[in-house]
Amino acid sequence: MSYFRAENLSLHFGGLRAVDAVSFAVERGEILSIIGPNGAGKSSIFNLISRIYRPTSGRIYFEDQDITEQPPYDIARLGIARTFQNIELFENATVLANLLVGRHRHSTTQLWQEFLFLPSVRANEKVHRRRVEQVIEFLDLEPYRDKLISGLPYGVRKVIELARALCSEPKLILLDEPSSGLNVEETDDMSFWIRDLKNELGITVLMVEHDMSLVNRVSDRVIALNYGRVLAMGSPAEVQHHPDVVAAYLGA
Amino acid sequence: MRFLFKTDYEDDIRLFPHSGYVVSYGILFALLLVAPYVLSSYLMSQLVFVCIYATVGVALLILTGFTGQASLGHAAFLAIGAYTAAYLQKYNVPFPVYFLAAGVLTGLIGALVGFPALRLTGIYLVIATISFALIVEEILARWESVTNGNEGMRVKALSLFGVAVPRDSPTFYFLCLAVLVLTIVGTLNLLRSPTGRAFVAIRDSETAARSMGVNVALYKVKSFAISAAITGFAGVLFAHKLSFISPEMFTLQLSIEFIIVILIGGTFSLHGAVLGAIFIVMIDPFLTYLKDDMPGIIAGVAAALGAGKERAAGIQSTVAAFASLNGLKGAIYGIIIMLFVLFEPLGIYGRWLKIKLFFQLFPLYKRATFKRQKIYVKSERNR
Repeated sequence: MSYFRAENLSLHFGGLRAVDAVSFAVERGEILSIIGPNGAGKSSIFNLISRIYRPTSGRIYFEDQDITEQPPYDIARLGIARTFQNIELFENATVLANLLVGRHRHSTTQLWQEFLFLPSVRANEKVHRRRVEQVIEFLDLEPYRDKLISGLPYGVRKVIELARALCSEPKLILLDEPSSGLNVEETDDMSFWIRDLKNELGITVLMVEHDMSLVNRVSDRVIALNYGRVLAMGSPAEVQHHPDVVAAYLGA
Repeated sequence: MRFLFKTDYEDDIRLFPHSGYVVSYGILFALLLVAPYVLSSYLMSQLVFVCIYATVGVALLILTGFTGQASLGHAAFLAIGAYTAAYLQKYNVPFPVYFLAAGVLTGLIGALVGFPALRLTGIYLVIATISFALIVEEILARWESVTNGNEGMRVKALSLFGVAVPRDSPTFYFLCLAVLVLTIVGTLNLLRSPTGRAFVAIRDSETAARSMGVNVALYKVKSFAISAAITGFAGVLFAHKLSFISPEMFTLQLSIEFIIVILIGGTFSLHGAVLGAIFIVMIDPFLTYLKDDMPGIIAGVAAALGAGKERAAGIQSTVAAFASLNGLKGAIYGIIIMLFVLFEPLGIYGRWLKIKLFFQLFPLYKRATFKRQKIYVKSERNR
């Protein structure tokens, strides 16, 4: 049984088939990249997994559990975290506050306890804070702890979004174009971190990416999509030289 | 300029980041404690109103400032709290009981209002809360067996454990102050724990909040309930302070006053609620002054400049007529809101922070320090 599985996943907007009967599986501890031209349905698949969209048909399984009907906020609780293509950070909060929201799925305290800030809440807060600090150290975010997001440059925001996802201690992480808008150096850093996610933290990675050099460097397997359908699946080299993929990118 | 050297995670959690805060808030608290024995009874009465308005301001900040859900219906929550107190008092229910009952009932109604609000954002939510307020106002006027209709209800003096507490006594002031301080401390506690962070997350990006495991619907309802409950508590004090309540006190204008409290004070910090409350309570005596003294002063100036006696009297009556125009208060509120939104969006507390930073960095302060970058990417389509 696969770790994560999508079966015949479809998403139709009226007559437009954004995702059309896509099936794939992610094995535990691998890095799987989804590539494809603009509008191929890559981000739509992510939005289906994190339940922002409801699939027209098909099922999604995670750890042998059907999660197709789970409410969106339960997806994170199951251990699936994600980042967004266009950065969805909490603009008017500090970096620390943003990362602590990532800890939300681990919070156990009740409203009235928090209102009185009982010792149990304080103890929990310290645990959250320590975990957040580990992520800050992992991603070299030390200079930004108390800064407001709205004052930070794009590259740093991108890393903070990854950090927020990591703070929830996910088992599977969905990265939506982790290198978009980053310069060469920042993309290098990102590729090392994605490798470390797998090797050091043992997190399974599913990512959408356009930068083929990054895909080649980090991916174990690649899926190519076009018009919501799977064109090819396999190792990065295989997929890149697949005639359908070449045709989709260059026109036949 | 002070640089904080943090050595413990506790440094990020504590309410007072350093000893300077303890000293300045300690002094403020001491001043507030001796106030009733120093200030005139008129100022004391104003101070009680500041406490009540600030409590409502904090409640509204939780909902609007931190959760990002606008409300123009808080006068209705205040009314529900006030009427619960007045009604239960008729049956000799002791103060602590009806105080709690008012908060709980208002909180429940707040949660009920929160449910339809789940699907509404922005201007639509404002309209929904206005309609809620109008419904409550109408019910208060029509449900005569309980609310006494438009004749209003008398509220007897508060009695705390058998001791009467008149509405102008220092004890009543201390009670209001205690409610305000407890509300502020509780809210600060909430804001530094998961619930408060979930509120802020919902304000800034519902999509991201959801994908981080925040049950957005639940937390919006929670925010409505907490905000309404605190307003209900304030409503009890409001009823006792006025000693008479009737439906026309809880109109849209009062809801707008509460919005002004947080808009002018500053929507990003609890300081804003208190500063805004001081502003809104002190604007009334200022308007009275305009009405009573300004016509005479202007006429005097005109006379000194060489206007004839009849001309001066004419000016005086014109100014007096203008100052007692019906909609003047509303117009002045409107102008104040516009000016603040345009020129001081961070409110009085924002201005205070700017002045503070100016002196801390002197002479290196730059005007652009508080300018924020425009948000250039935001995936609205995922809403």
